[in-house]
Amino acid sequence: MRPEKKAELLSSPAFRHLVARRWRVSLALTACLFVLYYGYILLIAVNKPLLATRMGGITPIGIPLGAAVIVGSWVLTAAYIIWANRSYDPEAARLKATLTEPR
Amino acid sequence: MPPSLETSLGSPTVSAVAFFLLIVALTLVVTWWAARRTKSASEFFAAGRSVKAFENGLALAGDYMSAASFLGIAGLVALRGYDGMIYATGWLVGWPALMFLLAEPVRNLGKFTFADVVAFRLRQVPVRIASAVGGILTVLFYTIAQMVGAGNLIRLLFGIPYEWAVVGVGLVMLAYVLFGGMIATTWVQIIKAVLLLFGVTLLTGMVLVQFDFSPVRLYAAVAERYGSAALEPGGLVSDPLDAISLGLALMLGLLGLPHILMRFYTVPDARAARVSVLYATGFIGYFYLIIPIVGFGASALVGRDLIAKIDAGGNMAAPLVAEMLGGTAFLGFIAAVAFATILAVVAGLTLAGASALSHDIFVHVIRRGHAADHEQVRVARAATVVFGVLAVLLGIVFKGQNVAFMVGLAFAIACSANFPPLLLSIVWRRFNTAGAVSSILTGATLAVLLIVLSPTVWVDLFHNPSAIFPLRNPAIVSMPVAFLVGIVASLLTREPSAETSFDDEKLRTYLGVGAE
Repeated sequence: MRPEKKAELLSSPAFRHLVARRWRVSLALTACLFVLYYGYILLIAVNKPLLATRMGGITPIGIPLGAAVIVGSWVLTAAYIIWANRSYDPEAARLKATLTEPR
Repeated sequence: MPPSLETSLGSPTVSAVAFFLLIVALTLVVTWWAARRTKSASEFFAAGRSVKAFENGLALAGDYMSAASFLGIAGLVALRGYDGMIYATGWLVGWPALMFLLAEPVRNLGKFTFADVVAFRLRQVPVRIASAVGGILTVLFYTIAQMVGAGNLIRLLFGIPYEWAVVGVGLVMLAYVLFGGMIATTWVQIIKAVLLLFGVTLLTGMVLVQFDFSPVRLYAAVAERYGSAALEPGGLVSDPLDAISLGLALMLGLLGLPHILMRFYTVPDARAARVSVLYATGFIGYFYLIIPIVGFGASALVGRDLIAKIDAGGNMAAPLVAEMLGGTAFLGFIAAVAFATILAVVAGLTLAGASALSHDIFVHVIRRGHAADHEQVRVARAATVVFGVLAVLLGIVFKGQNVAFMVGLAFAIACSANFPPLLLSIVWRRFNTAGAVSSILTGATLAVLLIVLSPTVWVDLFHNPSAIFPLRNPAIVSMPVAFLVGIVASLLTREPSAETSFDDEKLRTYLGVGAE
């Protein structure tokens, strides 16, 4: 691997976009996770009566809400993996290949 | 339904001993099989990087789901109702964060330990020493909590004296790690995870059968017996700041747990690491979704008085409801699963502790990165014995002490000392040795100091009238301060070589160029 190829790749718009997009996606998902979990905790802290509201007589709304935090966490993880497998990996593999291709 | 007043808990029943012996025999056969495949350092520390994503997902779940999550959360739900569910959600939300922020870079940059990532382009000796301090402190506090829990739980489940239980756990898990290294540890985790998920699923099903498979009827039964307050938030989140601080430690502490991070080196590449997190999140999420049903079931069927009479912390809620619904044989199975859970978690922790001692300190500090492969394995085995003996001794020293805060302390150190330098070293070119060492030491010191001064230790343990630091969980202070110190110390010093090597680090982080 020649050093000039590395420098070329590092400064290429394609590589910069890949890195920028990777962090945009992961930070956006991290933000969703924070809203989901800390929103739930703050809701409990400031509005306990809301979580005690009955749905159909018995089950308070807090129980499905807690379950939704767990399921939502998994869905966010799955969303990242689908994005990374479909979009990130092929582009990363293409850029990696440019390092070794003969000129 | 009348509560069962007699229980065979605390006496070693035939079925408990039989299931227990069966599990230990199975794991030792696996260890024997693994030992023959464990020769190189890469095999000892990273299972030869040949673990499949699905297998690693189960093993990650096995490493994470401790007896505290199984018996502890079921007990918390049984005795305190909905608050136990709030607590359970906190234990899951670290996994997506681990995925988004660290899993792939850690896999691409490291070799055997998370310190490989922090030290990637920094000066080896100071960074390795500091990282080992953060890593070993995390693992040590976690291990003490596990060992003391093991001693107590095994005494309650089987009636074995505390010291025997601690020594027994120490010997069996030493056999796994010493002979079978990461390969045996991985398969022990997988066996444990499958047994635990199966056992809890069965238990959940048996509880739900009593209520015609309707959770709503279960809730109604709980509400009828203990009032609707059991289904509503209680005192757990009374102080929002403290609740957020606990949430931060649970969520981001996962991102600094050495025994979890080192599992990423057992898979072939970043893609497998990524997929294994999805599996792990699925298994762990499923577990935390159904464990409250077991807790509510214990509350409704066994009753809080009996649960609290046998163990004030509620830890015996799940075994008691198992005995009531499935008889002594099923109780024996659940007890044996709890025992396997403890063994597997302690084995994972011991391997992580031994890796920090041998790979970070011996190879990179004492030998300056030059040690023959067979020598690395020999030292790793010696370090395993050192760490295992230490774990047993600490377990005995802390007998009868309230060590529940130590898990919180481990997570506080992990998120304050280990996570900030990991993240900064991956994303920030200007991050350097001064920044890494100072942020680790600040985070670790502050986390320990603030917990000692908090109500958890200063009031509850030392019996002072009021705490010096008001929060029970220090993360909301100690983690930002560690980040700040790391950033300021980096800006105050220059390390040109660290900045230049960031280019190579980027290629490896994002494209996997040169990843091991």
